[in-house]
Amino acid sequence: MMAPPLALLAELTHRCPLQCPYCSNPVALAGVAGELSTAEWCRVIGEAAELGMLQVHFSGGEPLVRTDLAELVAHARAAGLYTNLITSGVLLDAAKLAVLVAAGLDHVQVSIQDTDPDNADRISAYPGGLAKKRAAARLVHEAGLALTINAVVHRQNLDRLGEMIAFAEAVGAERLEVAHVQYYGWALKNRDYLMPTIGQLDAATATVEAARARLGGRLVIDYVIPDYYARRPKACMGGWGRRFVNVSPVGAVLPCHAAETVPGLVFATVRERHLAEIWAADPAFEAFRGTDWMPETCKACDRREIDWGGCRCQALALTGDAAAMDPACDRSPHHAGLIALAETASARPAEIAAYRNYRNI
Amino acid sequence: MTAPVPRLAPGVRLAFDGKRGQWLLQAPERVVVLDEIAHAVVSRIDGKLSLDAVIDALAADYDADRREIEGDVKDLVADLAARGVLR
Repeated sequence: MMAPPLALLAELTHRCPLQCPYCSNPVALAGVAGELSTAEWCRVIGEAAELGMLQVHFSGGEPLVRTDLAELVAHARAAGLYTNLITSGVLLDAAKLAVLVAAGLDHVQVSIQDTDPDNADRISAYPGGLAKKRAAARLVHEAGLALTINAVVHRQNLDRLGEMIAFAEAVGAERLEVAHVQYYGWALKNRDYLMPTIGQLDAATATVEAARARLGGRLVIDYVIPDYYARRPKACMGGWGRRFVNVSPVGAVLPCHAAETVPGLVFATVRERHLAEIWAADPAFEAFRGTDWMPETCKACDRREIDWGGCRCQALALTGDAAAMDPACDRSPHHAGLIALAETASARPAEIAAYRNYRNI
Repeated sequence: MTAPVPRLAPGVRLAFDGKRGQWLLQAPERVVVLDEIAHAVVSRIDGKLSLDAVIDALAADYDADRREIEGDVKDLVADLAARGVLR
């Protein structure tokens, strides 16, 4: 019997006013017409709690474009779940926040593109976003909710990591997630624009270490070395089908938000089946769960139940085979090529190949 | 100098996970599982009681040596504070 998952990633919509070229949404964005209704989401949230999940992350796209967000938050709290809102912040104002607080929202994560306002505008294709995000983050903190700043970092902003840490301190965040871009979907299209240099990476790592020593538990900084420059893969999603369930805007139930890139997998939907049934035995969840699917090198590796073989979507993007070793691992035959690829990409001209929008899907 | 008064960080809640039969701290995008001792400590932290009063209460309830309790509690509180779930 599979232990129950910890958290539901509820991708309420793919609609978003921003167009960040590293968006983790699939390239095939879903339109508004197919989105789950309020009643359907409430049922899914109830099933998640029944299954033993502890938290729900309301994400998108921009979840604040859904007018039923507060209703879903209240439903989740009533079901005993911890509620996270993952937002760009640009649509959050005092009135909307008050309704969400009354509904029982626990925590808000606000993403930033850069601390340089012009560059933030360029990356998001959304003018004036930084000032709105700063205001939204302050409102969250003043309302007494937990606040995380999520700084997605890459070659075009990594040199300002120190400023991003200062931003998180200034708005009163308890937590800062420094998230290196991961290269599948939109980010893969824009890899030459985004890939950091090894020099930038080393400087960023030193900046984080110094800030951690200074800040301790006052501002917890989550940071991991990006895969292309790493020696060991990450336990992506804590292992395929081990900790998380992602439900897409149209109700597809996925082991991770990029799982739909893997050819040959068919995903059940919440419109057809109960989450518990999908979690227990769905073929897409079984495909890379545990260690049976692993290549021989991984099966024999003493880290097999630490990193669970890394990221399947990355293995697919880089080798064409979702069941191959994750090239982030230095035991993969593709590992040396990965670092060379990163170095080449990081020296390319800084041009955005494709903004994330419905025209480019 | 006033005595330290520990409290849960913003957005952190003590909760019982009925499915797995365990106490935990619900925190932003993570959970911290509490063993029996950690639960005994955290459940007495209410933002009003000083750390010394928490230690006194535990020593009395468990009929244990106060100095021993004090060391354990301070270690636990420091660990939870470093993880950002206690202030």
